[in-house]
Amino acid sequence: MFISWGIIQSAVELGLIYSMVALALFLSYSMLNVCDLSTDGCYTLGCSVGSMVALTGHPVLALLAAIGSGICSGFVTAFLQTRMKIESLLAGIIVNTGLYTINIMILGKATVSLNDAPTVFTWMKKVLAGTPLADCYKLVVALCFVILTVLFLVLFLRTRLGLSIRATGNNKDMVRSSSLNPTTMITIGLCCSNAITALGGCLIGEYNKTCDINMGTGMVTIALASLIIGETIFGKKTVPWRAVGVVIGAVIYRIVVAVALRLNMPATALKLVSAVIVAVAISYPTVVRALALQNRRLSTRGISLYRILQAAFAALTVLFILLSVFTSGSRPLMILLALLCAVFLILMITADRKERRDAHAGA
Amino acid sequence: MLVLDNVSKTFNPGTVNSKTALDRLSLHVLPGDFITIIGSNGAGKSTLFNAVCGEFYPDSGTITLDGRDITWLPMHKRAAAIGHLFQDPMRGTAPGMTIEENLALASGRGGWFGTISRQDREFFRERLAELDMGLEDRMKQPVGLLSGGQRQALTLLMATVNPPKLLLLDEHTAALDPATAEKVTELTERIVKESCLTCLMVTHNMQAALDMGSRTIMMDAGRIIYDTSGEERKRLTVSDLMDLFRARTGAALDNDRMLLR
Repeated sequence: MFISWGIIQSAVELGLIYSMVALALFLSYSMLNVCDLSTDGCYTLGCSVGSMVALTGHPVLALLAAIGSGICSGFVTAFLQTRMKIESLLAGIIVNTGLYTINIMILGKATVSLNDAPTVFTWMKKVLAGTPLADCYKLVVALCFVILTVLFLVLFLRTRLGLSIRATGNNKDMVRSSSLNPTTMITIGLCCSNAITALGGCLIGEYNKTCDINMGTGMVTIALASLIIGETIFGKKTVPWRAVGVVIGAVIYRIVVAVALRLNMPATALKLVSAVIVAVAISYPTVVRALALQNRRLSTRGISLYRILQAAFAALTVLFILLSVFTSGSRPLMILLALLCAVFLILMITADRKERRDAHAGA
Repeated sequence: MLVLDNVSKTFNPGTVNSKTALDRLSLHVLPGDFITIIGSNGAGKSTLFNAVCGEFYPDSGTITLDGRDITWLPMHKRAAAIGHLFQDPMRGTAPGMTIEENLALASGRGGWFGTISRQDREFFRERLAELDMGLEDRMKQPVGLLSGGQRQALTLLMATVNPPKLLLLDEHTAALDPATAEKVTELTERIVKESCLTCLMVTHNMQAALDMGSRTIMMDAGRIIYDTSGEERKRLTVSDLMDLFRARTGAALDNDRMLLR
């Protein structure tokens, strides 16, 4: 079978664990309005600290140690950007670079295997042995942690402290005039989000039974892609709704990845795909506005830009479909490009319709 | 109440852009005073407010609020005692959060881990109803959906929900349309009166400067050039003010937003 239940299940498991990192970014990026680039390093930090503790036979203590390490990392990032006035992006990059050495020092080598160590997953396997849930013990563990994290975030963001953190990302002036210190709020927010990131890293380590120094590379982009998928599908309504959307976005991302891997897409291409998703999704509103403006400008000369683009994307779609049929080597890439062009075609048609409807309503 | 003693502030000292915004300014505000402040562009009116609320620290001089020296107190620590409204209605509220969430933050009820309780909602509803803008039925809506006037009224409520020792109003109605501005002005007068607040208000409306409050000061080049209250102030007209300004500075009062009526 093309897609088996097993593939979907492991995609969902991975998606749920990765969604922890996306939830951490939900707190720092969407709520606090800080793009925390130390995510990559902090994720690996959580995994390395967790792995070393798990190797001593204490998988649960490993999770707590990972959380603690994440809080420390978040505190340093926050300290640099609030007290030392380093640009928030740069502060993240600096911490990220420093964490690489720290992670190597913790691990002692580039890769550590947890094959013989007990983990929360092997523990849950023993607990569930013989029950109907025995086959999806990993899913149960992942789900538990995600539910706990979502609950924590939702409840936390409703408290006065949580509201203050949201307001800090929304309007710093207002926070100050409510006699709250934005520095404190950014520090607490980044400590919490990095704790969640590190916990996610630790869980991935215990899940994969390995910890690698390079496992975090590109994590921030992947998590942002999940976040954006979630917020695009679920909209930006209430906080609980958005948090659930982020989790589902991460799961969808992993399922798409699983399908892409099934299509023989090289695993190395995944980072490029997530980079494109993030870049396109964030620039989307700007592009749409620019296109609408150019379309209006050209329509005075009787040219419809949307029509031209529609024709171009339709032609490209057909071209890539034909290429995918007649070439053998790069078929997955051609299918991907054909799909992409089809999506753009649909976007152009909807934009054109909207423009006409608005023009009609205006007249 | 509020005492400024010889406060000076020069921006960009030692450069061609050097600007003395406050020049050995002294002001003694009595409890319950409602002072209106007028002056031309760049006279230092907003700078005076920023010095009081801690946006920057003065180069020299001291600021005392209610007997406590606040000269070196960070802004967010003064904010508990000082309410500050700006001309920009967007500045005082968090647009992505709901009305009740904004009010909850401003009121500071409950501990750090407290949530908005039913009593809080009831209290907010009552206070919002007093604004008479229908906001009490929109408490779950993001503030970003409100009009400028509604946002400014909400900001005023947020600044005074815990009555501050001092309320600073920096042309807070200048960006609103005339009808809304009048409404917010009415609200301001009512709230200041009800809570017996000490209040400083910068205004571009010369008539309002004389009609509202109990004392009027005129500023120019970082100094107070005229300070009036009581019987003398009651007899003043807008044209008297203009003449006084010309007599004391040798130039016409020049403010690009000024309303003479």
